[in-house]
This record gives sequence, C-alpha cells and structure tokens, in this order.
Amino acid sequence: MLTKKIKSRLFFILSVVFITLLFLIFVYFNLKQNILYFKTPSEIFKVDEIKINSKIRVGGMVKKDSIKQNNREIKFILTDYQKELIVVYNGAVPNLFSEERGAVVEGKLNDKRYLIADRILAKHDENYMPPEMKKILENAK
Amino acid sequence: MDFFSFGKIIVYIDKFIKFINSIFFLVLIIGLSFALIISPIDYLQGDTVRIMYVHVPSAWIGLSIFSMMAIGTLLNFVFKIKNLYLFVKSLAPIGLLFTCLSIVTGSLWGKPTWGTWWAWDARLTSMLILMLFYVFFIIAFKIFKESENLPKILSAISILGIVNIPIIKYSVEWWSTLHQPASIKILGSSSIHSSMLVPLFLMLLVLLLYCALIFLMKYKTEIIKIKKQNIKRL
Repeated sequence: MLTKKIKSRLFFILSVVFITLLFLIFVYFNLKQNILYFKTPSEIFKVDEIKINSKIRVGGMVKKDSIKQNNREIKFILTDYQKELIVVYNGAVPNLFSEERGAVVEGKLNDKRYLIADRILAKHDENYMPPEMKKILENAK
Repeated sequence: MDFFSFGKIIVYIDKFIKFINSIFFLVLIIGLSFALIISPIDYLQGDTVRIMYVHVPSAWIGLSIFSMMAIGTLLNFVFKIKNLYLFVKSLAPIGLLFTCLSIVTGSLWGKPTWGTWWAWDARLTSMLILMLFYVFFIIAFKIFKESENLPKILSAISILGIVNIPIIKYSVEWWSTLHQPASIKILGSSSIHSSMLVPLFLMLLVLLLYCALIFLMKYKTEIIKIKKQNIKRL
C-alpha cells in the first residue's frame, strides 16, 4: 500500500520532526532559567552569590499578619513555607493582593532576605466558587 | 466515494448551515443569560469571573483547531487528499480568531486580577507563539498558493506548531507561571464550582456552533472556487 512516493513523504516528515526535536532541546537547555517566571524564596537562599541591582522576580505566599503599611510604603513577608523574604514596596497593590494569597514581586535584592520591589502582581489560584460556598468551606474548617 | 463528491457535499453543507442558523440564537441567549445573569459571582474576583466563560472555551477551541489543522495537513501531505487541503484552509481563520480572542480576554482579565495586561510567563508566551503559527499558516496559503511545495511548507509549519500544543497545555505544571494551573482536568474533579461549570459548557457549545458555522461557510466558498476553476478549464 505504501508506494515509493508516500515513503519519501513520510521520510520528509520524520526528518522535520527530528530537526524540530533537536531545535527544541537546544532552545530548552538555553532558556531553562528564563522559562521560570519567578523563583521561590528558598531558591534565592540557595544561590551562592546574590546579584545586587539586577532585576529578579520572586513568587510565594504573603505571610499571615505580616503586612505593615504606612503612608510611604508597604512591607510584608513573602514565604514558600520554608524560607522567608521581606519585601518593601511603595505604590498601589492589585485588588487581589492580601494575606495568605499568592503574589509575585519584581524588584532588586538588597540581600538574601530583603527585596525592594518595583512591581507587585497578585497570583490567582485555580479555585472558582460563589461567596456562599466559601463561607460553608470556612465554617467547616 | 459518491458521498464525497463536491456536488453532494454542498447540499449537506447547506442543510447543516440552515440547522445551525435555526438553533444558534436560542443557544446563544440561553448561554449568555447563564453566563451574565444566572451564574453567581466569584468569592474573590466578583464579576470578573464572567470573562472566564469566553476565555476558557476560546482557548480550548484555538488549541483543538490547530491540532486538527496539523493532523489534516500531514495526512494531506502523505496521502494527497484534496478535501483535506480545503478542510485545513477553511479552519485556519476561525482558529486564529479564537486564539486572538482568548489572548485579548485573558489580558482583560489579567489587569484587574493580577495587576498587569501581559506577562512573559510560559503559558502566555506559548499561546502567543500559537497565534504566530496560525498567522504563518495563513500567510503560507497566500504566498505559496501556486507553488508545488505548498504541502511541504505547510507540513513543516504544522510539525513545528504541534510541538507547541503540549507545551501550552502543561506549561502551568512544568514551570512556575503567573497563570494559574488548569481548573478542569480530564481525569479527576475540577476546582470550579458546579454553578459556574454550567455557563462554561453552555458558552463552549455556543462558540463551537459559531465555529462550525464559519467553517462550513468558508468550506463551501472554497468548493465553489474549485468548481469555477474546473468550468474554466472546460
């Protein structure tokens, strides 16, 4: 059933697939670090030398009862439940930014435990439910 | 093979278009009233959650149409089936439309929720690449219309493009992204409350019907174009 023509076309397709895979592997190993949108506080802690004055994005949960706000700045602790990072920011935060929710901060590291943020993004999780449902869940806790 | 003759196909397409036209507005009204009025607000996002009812189905449609196009192109390239070529050509514009729609609605949702219109995270970037591949497809159809190499070029594009599909799907699990992981899983329970799943699947039905309508109209035009060429040849 497979004629010579069909075989040559299949060969063409397989060679394109092979080249694509090679290309993909090459791209993957080059971009490995850049594909990650943010690092976690523990990953920052592991790095030997900290690059001061280079931009970095860190993601984690905002620790409970850690947000302290005054007229000029907002200060909170970002945690991944292993290591913690103190973040200082001045500017408006997104509506969904609050304690015990995910956030991604972009800014410069002062040292391994202290970050001055230029931008704060709120992270939304995959749960969607009506408010009544949330109350039921909270009461059940 | 009588069933697949162009003359017969046009008759069936016309019947199908009429059928979709007769039920489309009814389904649209039901879908929209569920999505905009009946369904509850989200505990965190409020009314912004309603964007999801367009965003998620259009992303699904964008991904599945590209997969269909890629498989169709490869089969056409190997076995030279004329119908498949027309099939792929008619799917391209509607797939591009829905991919753009999912990017635009996602952006509209991202501003109030995340606090930014766009982020270069893995999910959003791979979706943008999918859109580029749709554009490549359509450009290739236009530029290499007369060329013998068109099937070869198209299959190269589709192989490169189809690799992107699993990357889009699993980007949120493999890497840290701003985009949240999938709420609806093929296996296992979903993390969307059932009162929000109803409008989601109704809107999916609406968009699928719209897709089918545009696809059939385009398919019919392509067949008529070929018929006209044949008449000229006589």
